[in-house]
Amino acid sequence: MTEFFHMGGYASFVWSSYGIAFISLLLGVILPMRTNSATLTRLKGRFRREQIQAQEMQDNLQDTQEKTS
Amino acid sequence: MAKTSISTTKAFYVILKRDLVLAVRQPADIVNPLLFFILVSVLFPFAVGSDSKLLVEISTGVVWVAALLASMLSLDSVFKQDYQDGTLEEMILSAHPTSILVLAKVLAHWLMTGLPLLLVSPILAMMLGMPDDGVFILVVTLLLGTPVLSLVGSIGVALTVGLRTGGVILSLLILPLYIPVLIFGSGAVSNGIAGLDISGQLYMLSAFTVMAVFLAPVAIAASLKISLS
Amino acid sequence: MFSAIWKFIQKFSSPPYFYQISNKMIPWLAVIFLATLVYGLYGALITAPADYQQGDSFRIMYIHVPAAWMSLFIYMVMAVSGAIGLIWRIKLSEVVAICSAPIGAVFTFLALITGSIWGKPMWGTWWVWDARLTAELILLFLYLGILALYSAIEDKRTASRAVAILAIVGVVNIPIIHYSVEWWNTLHQGPTVTKFDKPSIHIDMLIPLLVMAVSFKVYYVMALLMRCKNEILVRESNTKWIKEMVMK
Repeated sequence: MTEFFHMGGYASFVWSSYGIAFISLLLGVILPMRTNSATLTRLKGRFRREQIQAQEMQDNLQDTQEKTS
Repeated sequence: MAKTSISTTKAFYVILKRDLVLAVRQPADIVNPLLFFILVSVLFPFAVGSDSKLLVEISTGVVWVAALLASMLSLDSVFKQDYQDGTLEEMILSAHPTSILVLAKVLAHWLMTGLPLLLVSPILAMMLGMPDDGVFILVVTLLLGTPVLSLVGSIGVALTVGLRTGGVILSLLILPLYIPVLIFGSGAVSNGIAGLDISGQLYMLSAFTVMAVFLAPVAIAASLKISLS
Repeated sequence: MFSAIWKFIQKFSSPPYFYQISNKMIPWLAVIFLATLVYGLYGALITAPADYQQGDSFRIMYIHVPAAWMSLFIYMVMAVSGAIGLIWRIKLSEVVAICSAPIGAVFTFLALITGSIWGKPMWGTWWVWDARLTAELILLFLYLGILALYSAIEDKRTASRAVAILAIVGVVNIPIIHYSVEWWNTLHQGPTVTKFDKPSIHIDMLIPLLVMAVSFKVYYVMALLMRCKNEILVRESNTKWIKEMVMK
């Protein structure tokens, strides 16, 4: 077992290589996932606001129609 | 399709002549890159010491790298003026193939920037102690190489002509593409000085020149159309 | 039959369909990636016998070589995808091209850094101007150029087209660069053995290498789909199908 970690004396080289690879690939997956959820949240907020604004404009339009009729 | 009023060949010469005349009227575009070339080369003795043996060893590399950088610096002016006053757009919209017109512009640009570089290089090489046969080969390699630098560099300029920060990323875009030219250009000179055969390197450089003349204008035209869309 | 294939391509290249398919595929790809990774690592770290010359340090090869292969493979995909997007104006092709770039850059970086680490115990220095390593370095600059140009242009469709031209120019130059650097390396080094020659290939050594290569490819597709989803969300944010999907 210790021989496995020791890597014939080259432990620091081998494990740092594999470590850097592992971290890089992991980040390459985590970052897009986080961006995805952030973008979805942002879009949801934007569409909500647009919906509310559209609703308000409709209400205003109805009010003015009622007033003038 | 409307009949064009002049032939494409005529249009080529019209643009070539126009660009040469305009360049002569704005000597800064010619002189500044040249001064840069000279100054960069002259900086090296200050950096590495005046030991003539060392200077000779690095002379090939110094002159070639300085020529490369000066070439890149000079590219700024190849499309800028015409982009800003709308002439570039007219060239693209004209009935003539844009790649031919572009070739005229780049040729004019090379005559005004690459050629002076070529003519000044022997002086710099000799100041750094390069032996005479090396100097001759240097001029030949620059003669073959600087057109490639102009043509390939113009692709980068065409891609960034519309950007505010275009000049900043230009070096990132084109210096990697310059490396093969640099390798064979300076390789020919060092081998030549050592008395070895340089025909292989010269063939490669010539191949680059021919490829660049035929392929680069197409890429430049496509890039301009994208940048101006 | 061709019309059926064409219909499939058309359907697949529609962003909403692609988005849904990606969502379904990503978990499966993750499973396949992890399975092949574990199998590959087992072979790389345990089964493969230590090299008689380089000892256990040669195991770095199992990251370095597949990463280098991926860096080139992804550049090709990026250039082809960019060309397709440029010529036939297929939006998804544009998206695949630009989303491949960061992944390719990471693999290039990985190849460089593992190459450097591998070189230190073998040759005593953190960096050697070996032909292949130098060519990888130039490739990294090509990738960074693509990313820089894309972020410098505001309109995404224009940016995609510009980047496609750059990728095509780059892909034409890659063989030239490799040949030039190879020549340059022999000129300044003399006829020594290329520093990153793979050890004499034993079948027990070769199989983990191929498995790691497959594993990395699966990773690429997975990471690509994830990034494409984000790019599509941003590009298509004003369309009806996005609104419906987000608000569901």
